Amino acid sequence: MQNNPSDLIVVDQLSKYYRVANKQPGFKGTLKHFFDRKTYDVPAVTDVSFKISPGEIVGFLGANGAGKTTLLKMMCGLIHPSTGLVDVGGFSPQRRQTAFLKEITLVMGQKQQLIWDLPPMDSLYVNAAVYGLSDNEAKIRINELAEMLELGEELTRPVRKLSLGQRMKSEILAALLHKPSVLFLDEPTLGLDVNAQARVRSFLSEYNKRTGATILLTSHYMADITALCPRVICIHKGKLFYDGDLDSLAISLSPSREVKVELKTPFSRDQFEKYGEIQDLNDRFVCLLVSRDKLTDVVSNLLTDFDIIDLEISDPPIDQLIGELFIKGEVN
Amino acid sequence: MRIFGLSFNVIKTLLTTQYAYMLEYRIEIALWALSGVLPFIMFSLWSQNDVGNTFGLNDIGLARYFLSAFLVRQFSVVWVVFSFEEDSLSGRLSPYLLQPLHPLLRYVAAHLAEQATRLPFAIAIAITFFILNPSSFWLPSLPQLFLAYLSTHLAFSIAFLLQSLVAAFCFWTEKSSALERLIFVPYLFLSGLLVPLSAFPSSVLKLAMCTPFPYLINFPAKILSGMPVNISSGFLAQILWISILIPLVNILWKLGVKRYTAMGA
Repeated sequence: MQNNPSDLIVVDQLSKYYRVANKQPGFKGTLKHFFDRKTYDVPAVTDVSFKISPGEIVGFLGANGAGKTTLLKMMCGLIHPSTGLVDVGGFSPQRRQTAFLKEITLVMGQKQQLIWDLPPMDSLYVNAAVYGLSDNEAKIRINELAEMLELGEELTRPVRKLSLGQRMKSEILAALLHKPSVLFLDEPTLGLDVNAQARVRSFLSEYNKRTGATILLTSHYMADITALCPRVICIHKGKLFYDGDLDSLAISLSPSREVKVELKTPFSRDQFEKYGEIQDLNDRFVCLLVSRDKLTDVVSNLLTDFDIIDLEISDPPIDQLIGELFIKGEVN
Repeated sequence: MRIFGLSFNVIKTLLTTQYAYMLEYRIEIALWALSGVLPFIMFSLWSQNDVGNTFGLNDIGLARYFLSAFLVRQFSVVWVVFSFEEDSLSGRLSPYLLQPLHPLLRYVAAHLAEQATRLPFAIAIAITFFILNPSSFWLPSLPQLFLAYLSTHLAFSIAFLLQSLVAAFCFWTEKSSALERLIFVPYLFLSGLLVPLSAFPSSVLKLAMCTPFPYLINFPAKILSGMPVNISSGFLAQILWISILIPLVNILWKLGVKRYTAMGA
């Protein structure tokens, strides 16, 4: 794999195996497990390679246990790879050099670094001191981020008294206090309500625009991925099976688009069969599945041949497509 | 200004934040302080059986020794293995590992803050002890107090390093608090918490003095209570144990983090 100097993150043939013990159920299994424990290596990530440029927002998609979080943990230096190479801005993450640690941050949904019984402000000042920020710098930075995250007096209330959304935003504030240029976000909107999710998303997008920070994100919410990540990396059973832009993924997953038509008068089924695959036909409403390359012609013909009140073209929902993809395990 | 490679601002912020955190648990800390009354139980046991002379101490000497042992214990008690194990299993260790501050230093700050929180309770217990045993009242001289303070902090450092060594096994065993029991039993018998070491037969005493345990309670307690003690060799032994344990903890830690799997995170 040839490195381009403009690549910020280079992952080359990266693998991680976890050693786990296998225990059979029952008393016999327990005794056997105690006296003769059998362990074996489980591959979490196998031979994964990709590169990421500065300022990119990349979404990691995969079912539970696919290996995306393990990948993120190796890239931020939390765990050591079994084989392969990771380079982040010229650093080997697992060495955890101070200069590297000052450039990155890791946010894990529902895992907190804030001190539970104290207000977030106390934890923020600890972080500021640890990262070598003066009190004045810390104050300016806290105000700036608090404004972006719409946090006010919540910062002086004990963490245990905050709502999940307020806590998550405070966690993000704590994680970004030192102006990291690479953000590793593992399920940052996990458990948040729709409004709180939207606020976190808009903050991350704004942060990326303002600072040019590179963001690597895993999420089970497709809305996070579609709103933030022009590029996605799909991991399935520890292996990379798609790396590219989200639109192309949607096209390759679904080569057709839905065309919904509302007609002035009812028409029969056979009148529509030549335009595309009929998904639904109900009195004056018809839903057709039309391949993308024929879409313009079909729409034009429909408008000419029928008296149409309304026409809507849409993609099948991306989360439905991705769900099918994980079951199928490959991209067309 | 930097102390042990840390800026004064980091030390100040860590300590004040941890102190604020400990004050949230003041009742719990008072109960912890009260739960450390083992030396008083031992004092009551030994004094009733009139074995003070066997230990080379009269009743007053025995009372002063066990009060000193209680005070030294209050300011050298260590629980890093339990916190570390919990943080390691719950995933809280992960963000600590990704910050430019050694995670163990956070636990040091937490212990020092807890000691500061214990101080008024320890004084109150000492005053109560003197009220109940007025004949045992004494005020150590300033140099004596300073040396006792210093040796107690060195004792805390040894205890902290010993437990950190055990805590680092969390990277391999996950439940390293079970290993802590291996230290606790010799600590209990050889530190001087149950009986002054002068009560031991000379062969056992010689063996005990080759371990770090007598320097955790017996040595600082003897200084504080005004018992005869070889101060220079005691301090030398404390510094020697710290010098042995620091590189051991460092090596084990470096090997351990390579195995860290960030469970629960």
